[in-house]
Amino acid sequence: MGAFDGPSGGRSTTTPQPEPDERRPSAPPDEKPGRRDPATGREPVLEAKDVSKRFPGVQALDGVSLAVYPGEVHALVGENGAGKSTLIKVFTGVHRPDGGELRYRGRPVAFATPLDAQRSGISTIYQEVNLVPMMSVSRNLLLGREPRNRLGIIDVARMDAEAERILAEYGVRTDVRRPLHTLGVGAQQMVALARAVSIDAKVVIMDEPTSSLEPREVETLFSVIRKLRDTGIAVIYVSHRMEELYRICDRVTVLRDGKLAHTGPLAELERLQLIALMLGRDAAEIGREGLTRFSRDRHVAADAEPVVEARRLRKKHVLRDVSVSVRPGEVVGLGGLLGAGRTETAKAIAGALPLDSGQVLVAGEPLRSGSTASAIRAGVSMLPEDRKAEGIIPTLSVRENIALAALPSLARSGVVSEARIDRIVDTFMRRLRIKAASPHQKVSELSGGNQQKVLLARWLALQPKVLLLDEPTRGIDVGAKAEVQGLIEELAGNGLGVLLISSDLEELVEGSDRIVVLRDGAVVGELTGDEVTEERIMASIAEHSREGD
Amino acid sequence: MAEATAASPRVDRARLRGWLQEYGVYAAVAALLLFNVLFTPHFVDAANVRTQLVQVAPIVIVSLGMALVIGTQGIDLSVGSVMALAAAVVVLYLGYGAVPAILMALLAGALVGAAGGSLVAYVGVQPIVATLALLVGMRGLANVLVPQLKEFRNPDLIALGSGSLAGVPFVVVAAVLLTALVAFLVRRTTFGRQLVAIGGNRAASELSGLPVKRVLLTVYVISGVLAAIAGVLATARLQASDPTSLGLFIELSAITAVVVGGTPLSGGRVRVLGTVMGALLMQLLSATLIKHNLPQSWTQMVQAGIILAAVYATRERGTR
Repeated sequence: MGAFDGPSGGRSTTTPQPEPDERRPSAPPDEKPGRRDPATGREPVLEAKDVSKRFPGVQALDGVSLAVYPGEVHALVGENGAGKSTLIKVFTGVHRPDGGELRYRGRPVAFATPLDAQRSGISTIYQEVNLVPMMSVSRNLLLGREPRNRLGIIDVARMDAEAERILAEYGVRTDVRRPLHTLGVGAQQMVALARAVSIDAKVVIMDEPTSSLEPREVETLFSVIRKLRDTGIAVIYVSHRMEELYRICDRVTVLRDGKLAHTGPLAELERLQLIALMLGRDAAEIGREGLTRFSRDRHVAADAEPVVEARRLRKKHVLRDVSVSVRPGEVVGLGGLLGAGRTETAKAIAGALPLDSGQVLVAGEPLRSGSTASAIRAGVSMLPEDRKAEGIIPTLSVRENIALAALPSLARSGVVSEARIDRIVDTFMRRLRIKAASPHQKVSELSGGNQQKVLLARWLALQPKVLLLDEPTRGIDVGAKAEVQGLIEELAGNGLGVLLISSDLEELVEGSDRIVVLRDGAVVGELTGDEVTEERIMASIAEHSREGD
Repeated sequence: MAEATAASPRVDRARLRGWLQEYGVYAAVAALLLFNVLFTPHFVDAANVRTQLVQVAPIVIVSLGMALVIGTQGIDLSVGSVMALAAAVVVLYLGYGAVPAILMALLAGALVGAAGGSLVAYVGVQPIVATLALLVGMRGLANVLVPQLKEFRNPDLIALGSGSLAGVPFVVVAAVLLTALVAFLVRRTTFGRQLVAIGGNRAASELSGLPVKRVLLTVYVISGVLAAIAGVLATARLQASDPTSLGLFIELSAITAVVVGGTPLSGGRVRVLGTVMGALLMQLLSATLIKHNLPQSWTQMVQAGIILAAVYATRERGTR
């Protein structure tokens, strides 16, 4: 919070470099990995042959083969638990395969450690940026290879100049002497990428690189990826976002339940087919359901009293007179870029953000500001964006996590009733189809999608009137995503008021009855009825962006 | 094949560590008991068992509070000084009778706990700093109240220290009852569940509407009261108030008992029975080595080894 110096002050400028050809025309055709690419005669730079990996109780990888060629962007997709992360960890030396072979630049290899793989030229950029936050940008970029003067002391001036030059190539213009953590997440990721490439990488693995980027930063990232591709570097790109895959990737490998489901050029595969491959379902069936699980026919009485009403919420540097209201049975979307104040608005309503001024009313009654307990008592529940940091209690079981918020109502004079907890836990585990070995399994052992369902169950157990959902489907697999979306719809159908925050525009548009667009902590537009489209949201943001700049 | 064999020890080590954390302390206590039954003459005599239990009881009582505090990701260094303060207060008010004096001592413990808890919960001082200040300050206060060893002749208080119920000393009975009470608190009450959740993830607990500050404050108050009880019992057994040396370094024994008992210092978990076993293990260990005529320095070195093993066992297991 201390580093926050204005709505967009902590961010550096990135300049997108649009490029006309999104995908190269000469994408190699479908082939068996391991052979020479018949179209171009190239050999794969990195190859897995029949790789298997077993963990106690799980066959994480079962005879998976994958070949990555120089100068291609290779999408690696699959639901959570399909084996993507295990395969990546095999490539990067974290895990050693139980069976099969790993070939790198034509020779069989066995990486002993991640450092070993990195030294050989396989760089990984993880979701969480793995750099040193308190060190300067230039130190991070050139860590271990700092320019030194004759006395062997780091030449700071030269280091900064060098760092500035490198970053400019990536469209990042920033003061490289600042500590890394003062940069926006997008710029930090660009530093990580620049660092990875500058240590002579042949293969760059990106695990959901765009999950916390703004659209503008995504453009920059894509132009950098294209540049890497053109210099002959192979990129393995893991993402849940269909749109991105089709824009940037040449070929795709689909994993399902630890097995290879498909590998081939992406252009030949329709979106629906791809989703069908990931889910192992019938493509026609998915087509009927639409890409998200939202149907668009909901009836909200336009004259109904709002169940929650936020009036002129104000917090220095964060919110400027934000007013939002939600009626029973209505899904109101909050649109806007990262840092526009969407999360903060939701947190303010939930009592988790102390306000300078403004009021939140639930069913007409004002809430005590800055008290989550009072908001919860009034019927407001918030599903936080960061599951790990603000959601699950990793040391506790699924059961304890679900019952946590409802405990006082499940106890008599402070002594909990195990039977009543069991009943509630059982109900919600079945209703939300939470997949766990037992209610007593540790929640940290579940997949992201199931953890999210556990959190939803925690809130639904309170029988709330209003649900604030901050990125409810981020980082969870396609199947769980559809289930969560279906659930949101069902809940709204039952008369719950829902405030939905999602950086997935498609989800936001299909899920919301009405959308309130925020920018720099203020409401800049409201879209209702037929206006609720991706184009209108983007137009609304863009319009005011120009004004604001 | 080479990879398969290379991978299996890693799996086994993880499983071994899990087992160590879960049952290691029980196994160690059982092994030591067995060793003593077989090789130490007169170890299982009623007199010796009695002595061992009476000696360990105050540590157990203090450790129970410490386990709760550590479960919230905190630590309470003030427990030894609270014992001293309770010893001082109890003799000062002994003129009003044993019961009022004891109640005053417990109140003093609660107040010190409330001070530490407020600093931690409301002011946001780190637990180690807040309770370190109290460790120094309260020992000083106790010494001001009772500057030197002060004997007393109140028969009720003396009876509390040396009397017994069906052959079991009152001190031990108290430790057993308090253990049951704390175990109930942790397992069956809303407060206990909330305490563990707060230790596991404070931000999430706050967002879930838990009364985080109140729970933290209460935890330190409980720890203070338990330390005061230990102080009163130790004083009663000694038949003298000795604020200068009573409870000196007991915070270290308590932390040891908690950690050896399998409660991780990172919070989010409280093992009540494990804590009692941890205290018992340390007691048995020193008793065993003394009975076999090994010097005290040996005991300390063996204890160090056990602490390291315990910390290794409770270390966060790596996620895959």
